[in-house]
Amino acid sequence: MKPRRGLVNEQRETPGFPPQPPFLQNPRWSLERMAGFYTLFYKEWLRFWKVKVQTVLAPVLTALLYLLVFAHTLRGRVDVYPGVEYTAFLVPGLAMMSVLQNSFANSSSSLVQSKMTGNIVFVLLPPLSHREFFFAYVLAAIGRGLVVGAGVFAATIGFVDVPLAHPQWVIAHAIAGSAVMAALGVLAGIQSEKIDQVSAFSNFIILPLTFLSGVFYSLQSLPPVWQALSHVNPIFYMIDGFRYGFFGQADVSPWLSLAIVSASFLALSWVTLSLIRSGYKLRH
Amino acid sequence: MTPAIQVDQVCKRYGALTALDRVSLEIAQGEFFGLLGPNGAGKTTLISIVAGLTRASAGSARVMGHDVVRDYRAARRALGVVPQELVFDPFFTVREALRIQSGYYGLRDNEKWIDEVMEHLDLTSKADTNMRALSGGMKRRVLVGQALVHKPPVIVLDEPTAGVDVELRQALWRFIMRLNRDGHTIVLTTHYLEEAEALCGRIAMLKQGQVVALDTTRNLLDRHSGCYVELRIDPDQLPQPLAARVTDRREGGAYRLALRDYIELETLMHELRSARVRVVEMEVMQPDLEEVFVQIMAAAPRVSSAR
Repeated sequence: MKPRRGLVNEQRETPGFPPQPPFLQNPRWSLERMAGFYTLFYKEWLRFWKVKVQTVLAPVLTALLYLLVFAHTLRGRVDVYPGVEYTAFLVPGLAMMSVLQNSFANSSSSLVQSKMTGNIVFVLLPPLSHREFFFAYVLAAIGRGLVVGAGVFAATIGFVDVPLAHPQWVIAHAIAGSAVMAALGVLAGIQSEKIDQVSAFSNFIILPLTFLSGVFYSLQSLPPVWQALSHVNPIFYMIDGFRYGFFGQADVSPWLSLAIVSASFLALSWVTLSLIRSGYKLRH
Repeated sequence: MTPAIQVDQVCKRYGALTALDRVSLEIAQGEFFGLLGPNGAGKTTLISIVAGLTRASAGSARVMGHDVVRDYRAARRALGVVPQELVFDPFFTVREALRIQSGYYGLRDNEKWIDEVMEHLDLTSKADTNMRALSGGMKRRVLVGQALVHKPPVIVLDEPTAGVDVELRQALWRFIMRLNRDGHTIVLTTHYLEEAEALCGRIAMLKQGQVVALDTTRNLLDRHSGCYVELRIDPDQLPQPLAARVTDRREGGAYRLALRDYIELETLMHELRSARVRVVEMEVMQPDLEEVFVQIMAAAPRVSSAR
């Protein structure tokens, strides 16, 4: 096997095709290595931000409709925390529900769409590690969740008076909860070949768990069996801990909630990272 | 010198189907290499393994000496791939797509080179157009651009001219030839055999997941057939020893004969003279890659190790 020397090196100095910059040949250049991760995060962020009417405004509107209907029909009928108005109780629940659903939607739909259209190759060809891949999708999905959650508060701020007892708990639980859902979205996106598989995941798992997690009620108003069952639903802890940040009271300790949610995130991340690393359904 | 691409005993099985069966190849730096074969021969699978898009069931692949699995960062950094499918991200403009692709490789401030790539590919006027609004040919150009943003020493093009009009095809080849002149290694799969013949210095032919031919284009052309003669004669009846060598009867009554080399022409003329046959028209022709391809594909047994 002889190379064709004739074609090599002649006119090598043609302007226009300079050699790769040195750091590309030297993988140890860590700041530049971060650029791959940062770019994927930025691309994911841009992807939803460019269609924000659909990805941010629409979910905020949905949350407001829930608020309007439920607050109107259930006010005074549902017992929540002592001294807390039902509408005020409902707003953080709806906000967190939007955070969680949109975090999941962002990573899952982005991945499954890329797989279906084939443009996932743009992400698979570059030298991105499984960790960079995973955390870029997760971080952008957290971003979308928080933007939508903030949107829900912004839209209700003039109508509903919600106290803010411990903002640090609000932020911690919003991030931890959306991280879990973002990771779950990556997992669902990798697992699914078609968009309807992702929607099945969303409609038959995420939605029921969210609705039964105490978005619309306090667990104390439930019969004991349902109370016990709710305690195995991880979304309950996300909502409950988040709500603690506002009212300074919750069904369980915010520390417990944060511990359970963080542990869920670690477990999910471990599973998802192993799958990405093995190339499962991505590099088959 | 480290080979640009080294494929060693690579197998790929999908359940019972064997897409690649112990394929070994070595492509030197600076080569213009062609990968030919009918649909389903395993060309794209082989490229995908080299690019890290698919994991081999057995065997190994290296790009510029870097193992595509163990040392994937360095291997992928050295490789630019133009995929066969016309894929694009509908959320972005041409410039955004190129910037993002560039960022994935760690290049954050690559504007100058991106401008240059767009210039070469005639995309400058479309820089701020959304990918969705581009024609198929333009999308193909962007794919080429995306493969070049990180100035890879090795460039793989999987049927880059499929469904592309003549003008763009010509422009694309001029550009790719220039890249090759500048020292980039080019690996190309194509269905247009005349393209492969004109561009590739060396060719591998794949059939059912195996390499059935691997040689320089020149050698393949020389080895697999000498030349052809097309004859119209009077009377229209070839003498016996020649009749057996007819490969084809052309329209208009011309006989087509395969010769091993030009010297055989003398024997041919001698036979005709002794049979008192007059030559009305005669044309001597070089075989082209298409004929070689057809011959090799027809001759290659199901299981062979011709390399």
